[in-house]
Amino acid sequence: MSPSSLRGNAIALGLLGVAVLLAFGLGRFPVGPADLARLVWAGLSGQPSGLSPQIEAVIWNIRGPRVVAALLCGAALAVAGTAFQGLFRNPLVSPDILGASSGAALGAVVGIYFSLGLFAIQLAAFTGGLVAVGAVYAIGSTIRRGDPVLVLVLTGVVVGSLLGAGIGLVKYWADPYNQLPAMTFWLLGSLAGTAKPDLAPLLGPVLLGTAVLVALRWRMNVMSLPEEEARALGLNTGPLRIAIVTAATLVTAASVAAAGIIGWVGLVVPHLARFLVGPDFGKLLPTAALLGGGYLLIIDTLARTAAPVETPLGILTAVIGTPFFIWLLASARGGWS
Amino acid sequence: MPHPDRRLVLAGLATLAVPRGAWAAAIRDGAGREIAIPAKVERVFPAGPPAAIQLYTLAPDLLLGWPRANRPEELPFLLPGIGDKPEIGRITGRGNSANLEAVLTLKPDLIVDAGSTGRSYVELAERVQGQTGIPYALLDGRFEAIPASYRILGQLTGRTERAETLARWCESAMTAIKGRIATIPAEQRPSVYYARGPRGLETGLGGSINVETLSFLGARNVAADQPGNGLAQVSLEQVMAWDPEVIVTIDLGFAESVRADLAWSSIRAVKAGRVHLSPKLPFGWVDFPPSVNRMVGLWWLAKLLYPAQFPEDIRAIAREFHTLFYQVTPSEAQLDLILSGRG
Repeated sequence: MSPSSLRGNAIALGLLGVAVLLAFGLGRFPVGPADLARLVWAGLSGQPSGLSPQIEAVIWNIRGPRVVAALLCGAALAVAGTAFQGLFRNPLVSPDILGASSGAALGAVVGIYFSLGLFAIQLAAFTGGLVAVGAVYAIGSTIRRGDPVLVLVLTGVVVGSLLGAGIGLVKYWADPYNQLPAMTFWLLGSLAGTAKPDLAPLLGPVLLGTAVLVALRWRMNVMSLPEEEARALGLNTGPLRIAIVTAATLVTAASVAAAGIIGWVGLVVPHLARFLVGPDFGKLLPTAALLGGGYLLIIDTLARTAAPVETPLGILTAVIGTPFFIWLLASARGGWS
Repeated sequence: MPHPDRRLVLAGLATLAVPRGAWAAAIRDGAGREIAIPAKVERVFPAGPPAAIQLYTLAPDLLLGWPRANRPEELPFLLPGIGDKPEIGRITGRGNSANLEAVLTLKPDLIVDAGSTGRSYVELAERVQGQTGIPYALLDGRFEAIPASYRILGQLTGRTERAETLARWCESAMTAIKGRIATIPAEQRPSVYYARGPRGLETGLGGSINVETLSFLGARNVAADQPGNGLAQVSLEQVMAWDPEVIVTIDLGFAESVRADLAWSSIRAVKAGRVHLSPKLPFGWVDFPPSVNRMVGLWWLAKLLYPAQFPEDIRAIAREFHTLFYQVTPSEAQLDLILSGRG
């Protein structure tokens, strides 16, 4: 590993560590540093902590799952963004480029419309994301004219906007006193309700998708060369593209199903990661995962501590992401290529 | 008293200019607009669910249909042939011409909306009235205004007698409840968390219409002093920090799961068994849709919050309310179902 990537990963890990400490230490329910230390010791030694069950519940049942979910969602979005930016050789691409987020959002609002249970709503969101990207890919592949990557992106844009219309229609039908607020909260993104049972359906797809992408890292490097060069190097881009799209969609859909729509993480974090460790996907993917997790965790800590009422995550990531992205564009050093 | 609106002033001046008698058949709606009382009212279009419910309680035969069709579970609690009237949609802020044409094909003599009387609703009413030529009355949907809204609607529909009966029932309920609550010192008023959503983590902020029943009852809503006047999301940690004495919810799933969760079960309200699932048949008693259905909810909630001051039998009140307002007397089994909060 080169010194620059060592430094980059050290920065990302440091950020992550600080984020985790802050996330466990801060919250609306007062838990002192001494209590935290006792809980950690109790966890390590297997001894009872002697703390009130309330504090135990806050840390293990409320903050803990939320911290893990924020890390996983942030990592998922960042990894998917990195993969898609590489696949499309375009720095303005985010994980929802092929409609994963809008498909998941449509699935979720339909689930809320039919008053399904929580798990079913998340499942509908997850399925919606996969189906949307599958449809985009299927349509894109039938169009034989022009640059296949460009065709795919354009198909993603139009299908995404159709799905957006569908979301609007379901919101229009929804009961304005009950379902509509639930849909609005969901579409703005939040981890407020995260509990332990939510973690497994998130962890599985995120680990699987990330593992696939990491395994493909060398091919992704070649893929980010122009198409002819990639082919000249003997790379069959078709199946590879399917594998990358599937893996990135899997992690995006799982994240959106768990946390709702959170923009900007998948767009901004890959740039920051490239800024730190350069364009090699072998280094880029782990750094992006660490940074994305740390970033979303900080955002989520802010969301739940700033005021008694939660601030939607999608709003915070946009407010913080926009100026940051502009700064990143202005200081293009170590940027895209 | 709202600001003197320029339109009102002009209307007032017009009254002076026009000979007496020409305005005899006009009435001020909840927003202070002059509405000509239609010569014949046989068909009324409700612009949204609160209006539909209020109109149903006053004059079910005039109701053209429901903004949303009632669910099968709700039908036994409504008059046969009326509870199952068709779905006719609602007039929204973006009501387009196709929508209004659909309204016109139903040939309403009157359009009624109940809820906010704010500017955007006044403008919508003016526009629809101008486009369709059908009188469009706005009723103030806030609690305190419900009796007045009944009287306006009674005059517009020629059902003044029944309107007076219903208005009086609401007034006497509100007066009785208010009078008893006034004697309760602040420290004896429980802190209440209003839980919505399957996880119970959506709540109503201070000015929210969703918690109007709570604020009318002088309960200390733990989320009341947060900025905003709608619904918001909070974390369970925050609810634990608030540690409310009473939790009121409209969500069955949440009410059933609240004890199983270690974090929830440490909250005072859960420990004391004071998590209350609001009845919702045929319409919600506490919150949605925010219409006259909340009047019986006021008694229900008053009894839960201040059991000592409200010894009344809620079954008797519910039976009376349903009989008078919905014109269907629920059986004992149906009352059980209503009070269980299921359905």
